[in-house]
Amino acid sequence: MKHLLTTRGLSRADAIRILDTAGQMAATQSREIKKLPTLRGRTVVNLFFEDSTRTRISFETAAKRLSADVINFSAKGSSVSKGESLKDTALTLQAMGADAVVIRHQASGAPHTLAHAGWVEAAVINAGDGMHQHPTQALLDAYTMRRHLMPRVGRGVGVPGVGAGAGLDLAGVRVAIVGDVLHSRVARSNVQLLHTLGAQVTLVAPPTLVPVGVEAWPCEVSYHLDEVLVDLQPDAVMMLRVQRERMSSAGGGFFPSPLEYTRNYGLDAVRLGLLPEHAIVMHPGPMNRGLEISAEAADSPRAVIVEQVANGVAVRMAVLYLLLAGDVSQVGSHERASL
Amino acid sequence: MTSSQIEIDGSSGLATYLIRDVAPLGGERVDLVLAGGVIERIEPSGSVVAGEGVVVVEGGHLVALPGLVDLHTHLREPGREDAETIRSGTRAAAVGGFTAVHAMANTTPVQDTAGVVEQVWRLGTEAGWADVHPVGAVSVGLEGTHLAELGAMAHSAAQVRVFSDDGKCVADPILMRRALEYVKAFDGVIAQHSQEPRLTEGSQMNEGVVSAEIGLAGWPAVAEEAIIARDVLLAEHVGSRLHVCHLSTAGSVDLIRWAKSRGIRVTAEVTGHHLGLTEERARDYDPMFKVNPPLRTAADVEAVREGLADGTIDIVATDHAPHTREDKDCEWAAAAFGMTGLETVLSVVQQTMVDTGRMTWADVARVLSSAPAQIGRITDGPRPQGRPLAVGEPANVVLVDPAVRRVVRPAEQATASANSPFGGVELPGQVMATFLRGRATVLDGVPVEQDGVSRVGASR
Ligand SMILES: [Zn+2]
Repeated sequence: MKHLLTTRGLSRADAIRILDTAGQMAATQSREIKKLPTLRGRTVVNLFFEDSTRTRISFETAAKRLSADVINFSAKGSSVSKGESLKDTALTLQAMGADAVVIRHQASGAPHTLAHAGWVEAAVINAGDGMHQHPTQALLDAYTMRRHLMPRVGRGVGVPGVGAGAGLDLAGVRVAIVGDVLHSRVARSNVQLLHTLGAQVTLVAPPTLVPVGVEAWPCEVSYHLDEVLVDLQPDAVMMLRVQRERMSSAGGGFFPSPLEYTRNYGLDAVRLGLLPEHAIVMHPGPMNRGLEISAEAADSPRAVIVEQVANGVAVRMAVLYLLLAGDVSQVGSHERASL
Repeated sequence: MTSSQIEIDGSSGLATYLIRDVAPLGGERVDLVLAGGVIERIEPSGSVVAGEGVVVVEGGHLVALPGLVDLHTHLREPGREDAETIRSGTRAAAVGGFTAVHAMANTTPVQDTAGVVEQVWRLGTEAGWADVHPVGAVSVGLEGTHLAELGAMAHSAAQVRVFSDDGKCVADPILMRRALEYVKAFDGVIAQHSQEPRLTEGSQMNEGVVSAEIGLAGWPAVAEEAIIARDVLLAEHVGSRLHVCHLSTAGSVDLIRWAKSRGIRVTAEVTGHHLGLTEERARDYDPMFKVNPPLRTAADVEAVREGLADGTIDIVATDHAPHTREDKDCEWAAAAFGMTGLETVLSVVQQTMVDTGRMTWADVARVLSSAPAQIGRITDGPRPQGRPLAVGEPANVVLVDPAVRRVVRPAEQATASANSPFGGVELPGQVMATFLRGRATVLDGVPVEQDGVSRVGASR
């Protein structure tokens, strides 16, 4: 286990191991002293070419709870904008002795290039690249679903909460992912991981926001949210962030107006009422309240959006732990290059 | 010496070459004598004996083709001499079997005036590796708004006949119409880079299953096909010559087939990399495979091979696009579009078309020499190219050993850049010798430094 670049190369066993480890990490976080000595003396660099305070803080918190030294390198507004390349930055990090590089980049594939171009020896963790992948987001989403829905959907008995579902996958869980699939690394990561874990995924979006080539993905596609809510009765509805700019002609003209988008694809109280009682509402944040999700839906008891954030720290602790300290032999026979 | 044998000697100023037992266009073996800059003799195999001063080339395994002509080369000079110079680019051309190249107009400054095209033409002549025919820009500065001085370029010393904004599409339909009409005055041709700009904003690779998965913005096939459809109709309406650059999709092949069936004066080219590679190569985000138009699907590759075999596609071009290491050693989105091709294209054509039985060597001579020379209108005039291998014709000849297999080593190529998509790949065929008007530019597979040629003003 060397890098975490995409959910694609992650086997079912790898994924379950990460989720189980995250459960153990979460358990330590209810203790009075949250900090573990595990990564003392190791250096984790947060290399952010694109702003994302939430994701950066989540990774930073995870690394610090494991006692790693954390360096935040925000490339925005730094020398990168004056033409310093990813390569030069990587060589600097290599010279500084980084053990892991958490990279967020606007270009799809930049983490892959960082991991494979021979510029750094550090473990590379993809914290979101362009329209490609955001694997820790998908893992925290899966973790959240497993806590709430397993073994309930698995028709067993169990109490949702810390440790719930340990060892289980998401077999039988029905998930609707709604919104701007075209530009969404969250959707790409989730479709793959949820499929690996046995869930059934339906993407819901206007046709303009569904990528050409989606037919090769292991999921269903629908243009009609109400139909999906009624017919599929999803156990989880994951709303994607939609950028208002996408409706302008400069932004691509993907839909006519915010109002029309909300009417057709927004999650409001009425649509919430169509869901089965146990269903959860998810969102990777930050939300556009009133566009893809109404205040009632966002603040309803079914919404697990705040909890997703907390689970993000546990999942990222698990990933850092497994990459930097975990027993390789227990995880890594499969797809070494990808995980 | 029996009575049927002929003895030749090398008394003329230029070296005389006897190429023994060679197969022109892969056909029956002959003895070929190059002397005084022309093909002096073609005799039955074994009937010519070398006298004094004659250089003998044993042609045992070799196929002789007319010197190759590329209608689509980027030489980068003036402006980006760090990526390629006219000297390094034409040297690479000679190594690849070319005796003439058309140098695309997207230099800095742009080749949009008589002065710049004459400079490029002169530097090519001085370098001496291959004839350089500058392509003139269609629009001033490649900006797509005003016609460049096409007539001045046509009437300059460079005698420009091919005009292109390549790198950019002439997207404005009225500008395209005017350009097509205007070049009729001097039998020019507009070579279009067919890319609807709005449909390809931000595009990074072919739009489809792979782009959807790896999250790179898609370049849809229809963005190429829509422009080709428009342009063939414009060419028909005004009765002009249109050349479609680097066609890459199955739909484009269908459109050209349809246009030709209507008698529209259209020609089309495919590049070596579009014949040889698919979009699957993008999966590892290796910028060596980033090119415009992008590598397409396996079905598209099959269609362009078929289109080339049946004559729908007239020629193979290289779209040789050298880039510096810095421009390719980075993340995909930041990398430059383009691949080198001069030194590999013949091997790729052999591998995909000859070795698969789709084409003969005579077909190769057509798509890589005579047809591109005809489209560029350089088969006649002071330095004719793409002429048949016949007695009295200029001795522009390339000798190929189809049996050799070689691994492409980009760092060891003659081009100044190393961005070959075939690096590390074993390809069949090797150019053993290239002759430009009877003078060897390549012998035994290596370039012959041009000491006898004036290099005044071409010290780069
Ligand atoms: Zn082009």
